[in-house]
Amino acid sequence: MENKLYVSPSPHIHGGDSIKKNMYGVLIALIPAFLVSLYYFGLGALIVTLVSVASCVCFEYLIQKFMMKKEPTIYDGSAILTGLLLAFNLPSNLPVWIILIGALAAIGIGKMPFGGLGNNILNPALVGRVFLLISFPAQMTTWPVPEVMSMHYTDAQTGATVLSMLKGGTENLPSYMNMLWGDMGGSLGEVGAIALILGLIFMLVRKIITWHIPVAILGTVLVFTGIMHSVNPTVYANPLIHLLSGGLLLGAIFMATDYVTSPMSKSGMIVYGIGIGVLTTVIRLFGSYPEGMSFAILIMNALTPLINSYMKPKHFGGK
Amino acid sequence: MLKTFRIGGIHPPENKLSAGKKITPLALPQQVIVPLSQHIGAPATAVVKKGDLVKVGTLLAQATGFVSANIHSSVSGKVNKIDNALDASGYRRMAIYIDVEGDEWEESIDRSETIVKTTSLTAEEIIKRVAEAGIVGLGGATFPTQVKLTPPPGNKAEILIINAAECEPFLTSDHMLMMEKGEEVLIGTSLLMKAIHVTKAVIGIENNKKDAIAHLQKLAVEYKGIEIQPLKTQYPQGGEKQLIDSIIRRQVKSGALPISEGAVVQNVGTAFAVYEAVIKNKPLIERVVTVTGKEVANPSNFLVRLGTPITELIEAAGGLPPRTGKIIGGGPMMGKALVNTEVPVTKGSSGILILSEKEAVRKPMENCIRCAKCVSACPMGLNPTQLMTATEFTQWDLAEKNHITDCIECGSCSYTCPANRPLLDHIRYGKGKVMGIIRARKS
Repeated sequence: MENKLYVSPSPHIHGGDSIKKNMYGVLIALIPAFLVSLYYFGLGALIVTLVSVASCVCFEYLIQKFMMKKEPTIYDGSAILTGLLLAFNLPSNLPVWIILIGALAAIGIGKMPFGGLGNNILNPALVGRVFLLISFPAQMTTWPVPEVMSMHYTDAQTGATVLSMLKGGTENLPSYMNMLWGDMGGSLGEVGAIALILGLIFMLVRKIITWHIPVAILGTVLVFTGIMHSVNPTVYANPLIHLLSGGLLLGAIFMATDYVTSPMSKSGMIVYGIGIGVLTTVIRLFGSYPEGMSFAILIMNALTPLINSYMKPKHFGGK
Repeated sequence: MLKTFRIGGIHPPENKLSAGKKITPLALPQQVIVPLSQHIGAPATAVVKKGDLVKVGTLLAQATGFVSANIHSSVSGKVNKIDNALDASGYRRMAIYIDVEGDEWEESIDRSETIVKTTSLTAEEIIKRVAEAGIVGLGGATFPTQVKLTPPPGNKAEILIINAAECEPFLTSDHMLMMEKGEEVLIGTSLLMKAIHVTKAVIGIENNKKDAIAHLQKLAVEYKGIEIQPLKTQYPQGGEKQLIDSIIRRQVKSGALPISEGAVVQNVGTAFAVYEAVIKNKPLIERVVTVTGKEVANPSNFLVRLGTPITELIEAAGGLPPRTGKIIGGGPMMGKALVNTEVPVTKGSSGILILSEKEAVRKPMENCIRCAKCVSACPMGLNPTQLMTATEFTQWDLAEKNHITDCIECGSCSYTCPANRPLLDHIRYGKGKVMGIIRARKS
């Protein structure tokens, strides 16, 4: 016979799914939310996003090439995604040098020391964000107020977010319609509820993620804040306000569902989601920070290996 | 209502290119190579020697012990030699080479086409004939059929399940067998029911074979206790444990046999072979083999004498396409890659699949991103990526605790993995290791 045959164990065909397809799928799902932030925060949102994405990709390339001495894998889309998610968690008036520090923390502390994509314990974008939140509390908690197609960047007018208003009582809140469309202060990617939910639907249809984590988180927050609201409506805001404000939707849909740092079994995903929901609500209602989503996700990220070893997938023929 | 199993599963492109192609008898080869090990269990012991003249149906080798199977000559001619031959497993094993002369059959075999629906034989006599005929599970597992028909003491069969799912992409041999030999399949099924003393049998067929479902449903009206069950087209529907779950909603426990849930599962090809053995006194000497592939000129279904080198089948289907990368014995999910085209067709050969070079090459492996798509796909409810890691780090205790021995090697995990990780390669190796450890512990 002229040509040689390949001999390998089965299976001999592959479904054609790839890391790239999944990463770019998530990026596509983030487009609506990005458009909303461009609309309400204008130039600032554009600059913060571009700087964050470019610096994350750059840092990953440099670390892989010169420190790990490996072939860079920046084309798999994961560094772009980290950069975009980091930007979505920042106020749109954040100076460039702070963004660079955040990107370095995300990639240089959150991701690469563990061995790169797939090996990190914590969500890199959140490592970057929390690093900045603790290091630069003033800059990280002054959010610009929405201004349609704003041409301002660091000079944008700032104001309170819904959650920081809630710390002082349940008055003067934006209307539900404003909250749904994203016409409120906040980190640049977290404001547009409808846009974020569009992204969720896209990812569910394309089977990039399953419903378990987002539903468990949102359900837990709804129930927990609902109970507190019915106990004392003047102190505790109603659950819909909690659902639509802060980083809850962005976190539940895009951050907590990060493959690498979330559990693998369906039951594990539910436990993880409930954990995030409970921790977020506790921090929001009783903590000194107005928002607790980032901390809640990071804490549950850290517990994921433990969840994985206790919450096994349903075994065929098992009890 | 379409039934299906409750855990995992995937749906690869079906690619049933040879569906609807009539089963055509393949011309006799000049020489057949009949391996002594065409079944799970001990190899058969040769009872002929070099120079012996044999007819079609002459016993060549006798079963060695309980889990083994007789092997008969598929051609008439002269035993050339008994020597090593490369078989589908890729190993050299003992085989009987026969030079074909004419086509003379043993007189005891009834070669007429007339269909006989009843027999006066008792259950024991049916099982005896099945054993004599050397019938094994023809779906590919090749477990000796008489063993499955003799439940261990304390177990009682309640239902016979005929596996006609044919869930492997590309393969159509069972499909065409049902279309052309439907009556014989149903008679074979009732013989099997009689053998294991059950009054109910279900033939499970994936819904991508609607014509076969309709055809058998029409015929089954005349057979008491036989029901045709359409199944969702979902791989691995034809996995024994999955099929039982689909049809009777019971999950066979880890390490247990199907009979523990009252089920006996037989392949549809086996049911046909049982008909021929019991009614026509014909041993298992030929079978239907699909020859297929996207580049194959004429994807076909052939009736092939066992021992025929696969090159004859490939030639009959239009020859080996240029740029052939891989030849697979069986389907693309669980078949074995063959090392050359001289490998003979054996009892377990359901198909020959030819992949182009492009289709044959695996993409480079990337880091596991713990997306858990393998976990969702696994029909046994295992965590494939964890089992692969346990194997890589030789953590056999961890692998055993996480049920590595339950893996049915269906390949759904590797098929699904976005990082192209060879999950099943590792799990298969780890499973072998762990089973060895368990055996050593018991002895």
